Amino acid sequence: MDLSVVICGEAGQGIQTIEYLFPNILKSHGLNVFSYKEYMSRVRGGSNSTLIRISDKPVRAFCKKTDILFSLSPGDVHLLRLLERIDDNTFVFIDSNSETKFNTKARIKKVPISSLALEAGNKLYSNSVVLGMLCGLLKLPFENVLVAIEKWFCNKGTKVCEENKKAVKLGYDYVYKNIEMNIETKIETNPSVKDHILMSGAEAVSLGALAGGCNFVSSYPMSPSTGVLTNLANHSRDFDIIVEQAEDEISAINMALGAWYSGARALVTTSGGGFALMVEALSLAGMIESPIVIHLAQRPGPATGLPTRTEQADLLFALFSGHGEFERVIFSPGNLEQAFFCTMKAFDIADKYQVPVFVLTDQYLMDMIYNFDKLGEIKSFSDYIVETAPDYKRYQFTENGISPRGIPSHGNGLVCVDSDEHDEYGRITEDFTIRNKMVEKRLRKLKNFSDEIPAEFIGNKDFTHLVICFGSTREIVLEASKDFENLAVLHLQQLYPLPSNLSKYLNRAKKVLLVESNATSQLGKLLKMEFGFSDFKTLNKYNGLPFYVEEIKDTLQKFMKGEI
Amino acid sequence: MATKFDIEGGDIAWCPGCGNYSIHNIVKTALQELDIDPKNLVLVSGIGQAAKAPQYIKCNYFNGLHGRSLPAAVGIKVSNPNLVVIVESGDGCMYGEGGNHFIHAIRRNSDITVLVHDNMVYGLTKGQASPTSEKGFTTPVQVNGVLNEPFNPIAIALSLKCSFVARAFCGDVQETKEIIKRAILHKGFSLVDIFQPCVTFNKINTYKWFKENTYYMKDHDETNINKAFEKALERSPLPLGVFYIEEKPTFESQQRVYKNSSEPLFKRKHNVEKLMNLIESKRRW
Repeated sequence: MDLSVVICGEAGQGIQTIEYLFPNILKSHGLNVFSYKEYMSRVRGGSNSTLIRISDKPVRAFCKKTDILFSLSPGDVHLLRLLERIDDNTFVFIDSNSETKFNTKARIKKVPISSLALEAGNKLYSNSVVLGMLCGLLKLPFENVLVAIEKWFCNKGTKVCEENKKAVKLGYDYVYKNIEMNIETKIETNPSVKDHILMSGAEAVSLGALAGGCNFVSSYPMSPSTGVLTNLANHSRDFDIIVEQAEDEISAINMALGAWYSGARALVTTSGGGFALMVEALSLAGMIESPIVIHLAQRPGPATGLPTRTEQADLLFALFSGHGEFERVIFSPGNLEQAFFCTMKAFDIADKYQVPVFVLTDQYLMDMIYNFDKLGEIKSFSDYIVETAPDYKRYQFTENGISPRGIPSHGNGLVCVDSDEHDEYGRITEDFTIRNKMVEKRLRKLKNFSDEIPAEFIGNKDFTHLVICFGSTREIVLEASKDFENLAVLHLQQLYPLPSNLSKYLNRAKKVLLVESNATSQLGKLLKMEFGFSDFKTLNKYNGLPFYVEEIKDTLQKFMKGEI
Repeated sequence: MATKFDIEGGDIAWCPGCGNYSIHNIVKTALQELDIDPKNLVLVSGIGQAAKAPQYIKCNYFNGLHGRSLPAAVGIKVSNPNLVVIVESGDGCMYGEGGNHFIHAIRRNSDITVLVHDNMVYGLTKGQASPTSEKGFTTPVQVNGVLNEPFNPIAIALSLKCSFVARAFCGDVQETKEIIKRAILHKGFSLVDIFQPCVTFNKINTYKWFKENTYYMKDHDETNINKAFEKALERSPLPLGVFYIEEKPTFESQQRVYKNSSEPLFKRKHNVEKLMNLIESKRRW
């Protein structure tokens, strides 16, 4: 049983309410759930949609198949935009008052969304009517639904609460009595799912930051990275976190570097355009050997691009950004558990090696929600700050290139950092010998960088064909590839330095396919640069939507047959 | 006067006769007289001739990027409010490259002292106009003279109700030292715009010119913002002294994290159990 429901409408019509309540209701009923929203860059109007997948098995990927589609607006505008996701098997529910010229084999069902909302008290309750209808179609116990409504609306006044309850009930009863669908809606519920964690990618990154000891975040709001900023702001009431909305991204990252300098553990969260402004300070971090964690939630560019949509096109930008030569680490989590883990780890790695660490996500990962059993283990982190001696040298030459990091007023030494080339004390120098030694010291720091997160191999050990992906495409590729016998998947969370176990799989594969949400196969370029490996096929998507499971599956079929 | 901030020997990169020397000595003396512990002092600067100041003084320093001294200083101070944080940079760094940060750092009201070496010209890049150059000032780039209105840091700061606003002239050692001491002691964002001649690239605004074109405000009410504005708009001669003081809560003092404890961030750790509970709470809703 695997049902996919899409709800579409204008911004401001309350899809968000459904998008929050419906998954929670489903989970509390013991059902696995995955949700992802695609939306326009506008506050009102336009056309947005949310996919909610429901299954008795875990579901974690964006798919094309749509079993049930609800449009909150009259007319065809949303349906036409979602055309490629509607087929003969889709039940399309539109308002009874709606005229439709919609011409597909999809089964159109007119239901009285707006009139039931009016009956409940206000046309605005259409979203509650639809929620009721969804729950009714799945024959979920009404008590569960009612609990959800009360939790959500009870603080908005008794009248609003009562009327919404009525709207949900009317929707629920209507479909119960009037709608027959010849699709399987009987779901085996799994009681353990009721106790699962349900959260979004933005929450997972935020909690990972907290687990990494993050106590300072300075940023400028920018989709799709803002969720992390607001999440940490929410938690700042319960944990010691300084949250500052800076005047611009330049300020944000310089502030964060100042914070690390005096002993905080700072994060900046941004997207491509904002990160572009941070690049000079990234180079500063390289020079002063400051830790910094950069959450870079990608969206399609260039320039403003598609502000609310998804892409994986900033990998090489993150890798090569910053003038001069210095080391960095790039992680790209593949799902929520990994988003938590990578962000937590990013703080430790940044602190340990005194380098910038990127957590490279995207809108797809930020806005996805699903249930899972548990996050990785959280330990009390240990920092690497030392108490300084009177003759403290911030840039002391050491074998591994890492100098013990002191902070002002902690010990008897002075902590001097300089964006100019400097000597071991941090004072400006133009001594050619020292310059050489400092360059070599900075570049030596990751020499012994163990494979913190090795490439993750999933599938048949006797594979002939290998699909390689990174970041948020993980779950989509895994779902798409599961029925192919000689196929294995290699997912990369650690993109730089590339994990050393990668070459083993590259050598063993007869054929390699790279799946990337970008137009130029940036991971492919990286593999070529680092391993001299270029014998791969590519699958790219860059229209702003994540891959559908189905389109990867189609390509895999061709790939296995040697057609591509 | 010898101070505990002196560094023995060392090569100083400023031109002979530069106003930076005078400011440098005044700052060290002021710090000495205020009995500030070098280990507890962080000097923050950007880039430029003035921004080299931390190199020649014995204390902690963060010599960051051009124009970006203020955000770094804010991050340093708010993460450890026990530190004394002083920003020293030139007019180009602070008002040109860093203009946006200047505005917003004033709004934040961090308890930091900002000393701007204002010589109305770019030194390190060799003599181009600065935001504070007078109209008509000719340079290798502004060959027909500066067209733009000069930036008025005092008026800008006042428009943002900056907590402490002053202007000094480095040729007046005693007066400048007292202003700087007051600025350091003041709780809140303290701006001291310090006139200084550039003996190499500015042949107009010389020691003599500053002497002849400045005066000290007498009987000025430092708490009256309207009077302060009037004074700030005077250009010939230019008033010196403290224009305005407003006591108000600092950025640091308003942070929730310091509500119950003044411990700097590096001495704290998140409660792991509390975090686990937060994660566990996502099982219910």
